[in-house]
Amino acid sequence: MRPAHNRLTVNGELREVLFDATKTLLEVLREDLRLTGTKHGCELGECGTCAVLMEGRPVLSCLVLGVECDGADVTTVEGLAEGPALHPLQEAFADRGAAQCGYCTPGILLTAKALLDRNPHPTRGEIAEALSGNLCRCTGYLQIFEAVEEAARTERTDPPTQGRTYRPADAQARPRAGDAR
Amino acid sequence: MMRVPAFQYYRAPSVRDAVAALRDGGAEAMLLAGGTDVVPNLKRRQQNPALLIGIGHLPELRQTTNGAGLTLGACLRLADVADDPRVRAHYPGLAIAAGKVATPQLRNMGTLGGNLCLDTRCNYYNQSYEWRQAIDFCMKAPASTGGQACTSPDGTGICWVATSSPRCWAVSSTDTAPALIALGARVTLASADGRRTIPLEDLYANDGMAYLTKRRDEMVTAVHLEPGDRSWRSTYRKLRRRGSFDFPVLSVAAAVRFGKESAVEEARIVLGAVASWPVLVPESASLVGKPLTDDAIEAFAEQASQLAKPLDNTDFALGWRKKMARAYVSGALKELRGDAVRRP
Repeated sequence: MRPAHNRLTVNGELREVLFDATKTLLEVLREDLRLTGTKHGCELGECGTCAVLMEGRPVLSCLVLGVECDGADVTTVEGLAEGPALHPLQEAFADRGAAQCGYCTPGILLTAKALLDRNPHPTRGEIAEALSGNLCRCTGYLQIFEAVEEAARTERTDPPTQGRTYRPADAQARPRAGDAR
Repeated sequence: MMRVPAFQYYRAPSVRDAVAALRDGGAEAMLLAGGTDVVPNLKRRQQNPALLIGIGHLPELRQTTNGAGLTLGACLRLADVADDPRVRAHYPGLAIAAGKVATPQLRNMGTLGGNLCLDTRCNYYNQSYEWRQAIDFCMKAPASTGGQACTSPDGTGICWVATSSPRCWAVSSTDTAPALIALGARVTLASADGRRTIPLEDLYANDGMAYLTKRRDEMVTAVHLEPGDRSWRSTYRKLRRRGSFDFPVLSVAAAVRFGKESAVEEARIVLGAVASWPVLVPESASLVGKPLTDDAIEAFAEQASQLAKPLDNTDFALGWRKKMARAYVSGALKELRGDAVRRP
């Protein structure tokens, strides 16, 4: 079987990629484009962790064949931050403890971004519906819903370029559960 | 990690090219639209076609046209069907059903035609290759084909659900087919020989293996709905363990046309996920000519639930699923009558 040769836009950048033609978009992103932020979960469309945006809509990259992506416009979690400035969703997720083990987080961030792009002020019910295809086994979803609500409040007033810059030191400086003792 | 097996890919430039490739490819060719049913089956080796014919991008299959009624292209995404204002206004049963398929991401990918042709499902079939190999496969995908689905029994595989059965009992799990059959939809099939349009219920057979009556070289291109008429009301109810993700364990689609003094003039009630095909309840005609009183609804729900013969090959306990068939039919009719009832 001959390798496939595609041109696609990933995170706003035109990429040309030669890959094994049996690969899914998930495998092309992770193995050929080295974008490992998109996670490998159930591989059967049952968990949502591999969600990316294609033409702005959330889809499951484990079920998209790479050969069908020629000319596609794909956004992965690596495309959310602008330089060092986090996307408001990423900031809100960090602040609210909406990511615990973090494995489901990339798929949830992208799915939530698509929701806010379409509906900047969603209700709790609309957030739950939009994220109903993303399994999280850590948080119980409450912090995730709160983080999306917080991002919806800040997104329009706080452009990404003026947002907080992530520094590795932040991770240490932030109080952790149990520190209050 | 589950990899997709090797295949040739053909991005069809038109329906004409797609059906020519389908004819030439014979048993080795499969259509690929949204991929949400086909790709997991490829990964689990239930299907292993030499040729995949890509049709999901074809503009002629992604149109909605409004003329005498509504024509929906087979490759419209389920999310688009569920959100279409014309569908929501005139065919709410379809909008509800399309909106209840799987999850938002899968509805952005999966197509209307793909959901109509959805492979039948079973606890002994929708498993990994290794799992199925460990039980020496089954009738629907026997060892003789390397565990791949075929359309007629080869005599070597058994049905693990009913081990003495000569047939496969895999379950029709499409949400949109019951809704569309209740609405009296017709479907157009295209092949290299031309096109034909048939009532949607005629697309299905009560056989877990040969569950579609269309020829292998035919493809679904469009679904046609009669003009929306305000006297028709429709709804769809779906039973599943979780409110998202899951395939139906039971579904009820109902469409009723009311006349003077709320008397029923026409009624079509369809049960989904209780057999290898969507079951159009023949007793629906018994509702005609009188209003939907509590007694009429309960008598009909009892009759309809007799058609639900659940087997132990999906989720939940058998007896409970049968009881729920009655409750869901009754609930759907009360909703159409105008009762303020919560839809599950």
